[in-house]
Amino acid sequence: MELLGQQILAGIATGAIYACMALAVVMIYQAIDHLNFAQGEMAMFSTFIAYQLMLWGLPYWVAFPITLIVSFIGGVLIDRVVFKPIHDAPILSHVVVFIALLAILNSTAGFIWDFTVKSFPSPFGSAPLFGSSLISAHQAGMIGVTLLLLVLLFVFFRYTRIGLSMRAAAANPASARLVGVRVGWMNALGWGMAAAIGAIAGILIAPVVFLEPNMMISILLYGFAGAVLGGLTSPAGAVLGGFLVGIVENLAGTFIPVIGGELKLPIALMLIVAVLVFKPSGLMGRTVVQRV
Amino acid sequence: MHFDKMSRRSLATGILVGAAFAASGALAQKNYGPGVTDTEIKIGNIMPYSGPASAYGIIGQVETAFFKMINEQGGINGRKINFISYDDGYSPPKAVEQARKLVESDDVLFIFNSLGTPSNSAIMKYMNAKKVPQLFVATGATKFSEDPKTNHWTMGWQPSYQSEGRIYGKYILQNHPNAKIGVLYQNDDFGKDVYKGLKDGLGDKAKTLVVADAPYEVTDPTIDSQILKLKAAGVDLLIDFSTPKFAAQSIKKVAEVGWKPLHIVNNVSASIGSVFKPAGLDNGIGVLSTGYLKDPTDTKTQQDPTVKEFFSFLDKYMPDADRTNLNLAYAYAVSQTVAQVLKQCGDELTRDNIMKQAANLKDFRSPLFLEGITANTSPTDYFVLEQLQMMKFNGQSWDFFGPIISAEAAKS
Amino acid sequence: MAAPAETTLSSSASDAVASVEMPRAARRDGTIAWVSRITFLVVALAIPLLFKNFVVFQFTQMLVYAIAILGLNLLTGFNGQFSLGHSAFYALGAYTAAIMMDQYSVSYIWTLPAAGVICFVAGFLFGLPALRLEGIYLALATFSLAIATPQILKLSPLEHWTGGVQGIVIIKPDPPPGVPLNQDQWLYYFTLAVGLLLYILARNLVKSRSGRALMAIRDNPIAARSMGVNLALYKSLAFGTSALYTGIAGALGAIIIQFVAPDSFTLVLSIAFLVGLVVGGVGWLPGAIFGGAFVLFVPNIAEGVSKGLSGAVYGIILILLIYLMPTGAAGFVRAVLSRLKS
Repeated sequence: MELLGQQILAGIATGAIYACMALAVVMIYQAIDHLNFAQGEMAMFSTFIAYQLMLWGLPYWVAFPITLIVSFIGGVLIDRVVFKPIHDAPILSHVVVFIALLAILNSTAGFIWDFTVKSFPSPFGSAPLFGSSLISAHQAGMIGVTLLLLVLLFVFFRYTRIGLSMRAAAANPASARLVGVRVGWMNALGWGMAAAIGAIAGILIAPVVFLEPNMMISILLYGFAGAVLGGLTSPAGAVLGGFLVGIVENLAGTFIPVIGGELKLPIALMLIVAVLVFKPSGLMGRTVVQRV
Repeated sequence: MHFDKMSRRSLATGILVGAAFAASGALAQKNYGPGVTDTEIKIGNIMPYSGPASAYGIIGQVETAFFKMINEQGGINGRKINFISYDDGYSPPKAVEQARKLVESDDVLFIFNSLGTPSNSAIMKYMNAKKVPQLFVATGATKFSEDPKTNHWTMGWQPSYQSEGRIYGKYILQNHPNAKIGVLYQNDDFGKDVYKGLKDGLGDKAKTLVVADAPYEVTDPTIDSQILKLKAAGVDLLIDFSTPKFAAQSIKKVAEVGWKPLHIVNNVSASIGSVFKPAGLDNGIGVLSTGYLKDPTDTKTQQDPTVKEFFSFLDKYMPDADRTNLNLAYAYAVSQTVAQVLKQCGDELTRDNIMKQAANLKDFRSPLFLEGITANTSPTDYFVLEQLQMMKFNGQSWDFFGPIISAEAAKS
Repeated sequence: MAAPAETTLSSSASDAVASVEMPRAARRDGTIAWVSRITFLVVALAIPLLFKNFVVFQFTQMLVYAIAILGLNLLTGFNGQFSLGHSAFYALGAYTAAIMMDQYSVSYIWTLPAAGVICFVAGFLFGLPALRLEGIYLALATFSLAIATPQILKLSPLEHWTGGVQGIVIIKPDPPPGVPLNQDQWLYYFTLAVGLLLYILARNLVKSRSGRALMAIRDNPIAARSMGVNLALYKSLAFGTSALYTGIAGALGAIIIQFVAPDSFTLVLSIAFLVGLVVGGVGWLPGAIFGGAFVLFVPNIAEGVSKGLSGAVYGIILILLIYLMPTGAAGFVRAVLSRLKS
């Protein structure tokens, strides 16, 4: 029983990583109505920018906001430079460009900073929380920041004019344009925000898994899974989904004999697919009515 | 004594002497295989410069730099080395394609130090059918050296994973006969190979001593769950058969949860730069491992005149490389070994003779080998390096202790 | 990737098909089509006589990827279902061939139909529950399949058959006695023949009644259902057929590489198929050959430009291609054709 409790707690701690990434995934989905395969590499690259700034001697709390601003600008630039020219191309062509971005960012980061793992500082420290040996201060801090981001996003999308316009621009560009929303810039803004949230996720995740160019590839998978499980239209669902993926995966790995350890991720994914079969828009997502 | 003589005669002088021989021995029979001329030897190589194992790409970079140095010093027996290194992204089908390109299109004399068990498994049959040497493969999988009869053209270099595992087994039996062992292993050929060696080394006691094991996938973001599982099983001796990133995570996590088992990490993850630094040097104090190369981060080693040559090589050809990365020393030492083989070949640079000379290494030493470790091969023994020594991390560098253990001794 | 996205996908796809196979300018198009078909055949047949064995081997690999992409195209291009899981079917086909040849000494020729049938069944069964999923959710389900594949292949209870993490080494087949070709040349012609056969079958399928049903489902599932198309059956059949193609490609891939291992069949392979599909043109069958060429050769070109930055070069080439041809080779060919006509 004690092990069960420990594994659930560890699952929540790992789930915080996925939840953080899932938030970034949902952010971009709200802004452009696509899943962005390059999201993880963008977060990784932002984290390397923070690393480089600190290597140049800047203190953490100076490097952090600069990284967010640089990432925001980078996100806007990606939208304006890379995606604006192919705005009318079919969706799968966009997906392929995401994959191209992924390759470019991964390879460039490896070229500049090489592929060995690097430690990354945590603002919360890595001591055990309250002397309990199960969850570290950093992991607790990460859960806190994720929840805070969630509240901010919720307020932004629900109550601010710009947040509402952004959702409108993604959901129905033609109608949004008619009511005066500048759809193009809303997309760019969404990219910028997604890049900045990704940067926060990367900076929080790196102290746990170590910084290296491939660090986000597998985490993005879990982030997608969490976001889809929770419902892509709901930030709260994404966070919940991320935590659930972490917990289910740990329990499968610990308690299913023989194949559990070797197949913990596939088992978690199968459960998600099973949930989706019965609840096709995710746990907390809105059902989209299709018009003929 | 023999060792002293060898170490004083540095590699550079060895090459010069070789060159002098070549010049004076113009009468000697010249016999060239593909890729060899009076001025050049073509050598092929396959590395994962991209993809999941790209951290090992540095090995190919060091080797490229090494042969550049050799060429600037006049080459080997007067011939420059043309080192052609391709990327396979750690994908077996791509490795086959690149190997065929090297052999059939670039006409290399042989392929040297191609990296990874999957990639080398994929090309082994082809290389042997084509009778092209697949020399000193960069993996410790036993299968590349154990059968010189069937796979005459394939040879490993580093101590095999299984013999390393056996050495841990013997060490535990002798020093911690009542340990409760927990094994964290990477769920692939490498992790399973070392684990098998450990079980062999423990012999009959393996069943009772190993109380828990936990596999992880290279795609797992963290191994927290596995560490907690092993801790909950009452393990007091934790062994990591993992690659650097996960060994670093495990050292850090063990410290974070306030667990104090005796901790062993395998040689692949004994790199201070890519494991202990990220994990926190203090967290690693007391961790055990085995080694066969000198530890370049040790200040005593840095004073060693033969090792200084290695540092001046790095200063000149790879000034930006992280000195604490163990792969640099690995790549340098294996390149020296192949240079020795080429020297021994003289002017008979055929594929046949490459294998003959590679199987005829007698007490060869790279200055980076630990004292007492030598490379020996014969036509029936393709295991180039078979000795290891236990070592303990002191927070800064490794302290070696105990005798040099040979894998043969650990077998009994 | 959700509802609005699918319409973009399908409309461009049907455009591509329509332009190449438009009934009105049929005669002229027919001439062009025949000229290009014969040119392709002549070039394809001449390749082994013109190039070294290594290059012939590369072209064989290209054909194998093209067959896999053809299979993906049947699913995505003509039925509008999205898959990131085709590496799984490719792996299943490859392991079927390898296990049959290694453990039961079956001739390589017979492994192909076996791989096809097994993958058809697997694809059909996977298609049944996946039916309820659309767009992004189907992507996740197929994506899970791709992630799970290497892990299942190395599962210890299956090691007896799969060879676990070590994989299976197989023997390269010789040409039949009396055929004056070497192994590489023979395998090339063999793959080419299988590929052409599968291509012709795919073409007939697309033009048949079933093909029209598939496309009706892609363009408007609700309308298709009201016209009496059995959605569940057709969508599962599309999945099965697509898996069959990819499985045969996998078996051929195993035979020419002579080796299968879990590391050969990761998500990266699925992504390569997807990229090949888009570069070739979604919904245009001949595009598969362009896709196969891209998957095989562009990484080599990128490595030739810069070893350290090969990934970046690859990405830039890919983006430039999409800028020049947003709908892949299909769109490009369409543009060239319309210029020829005017």
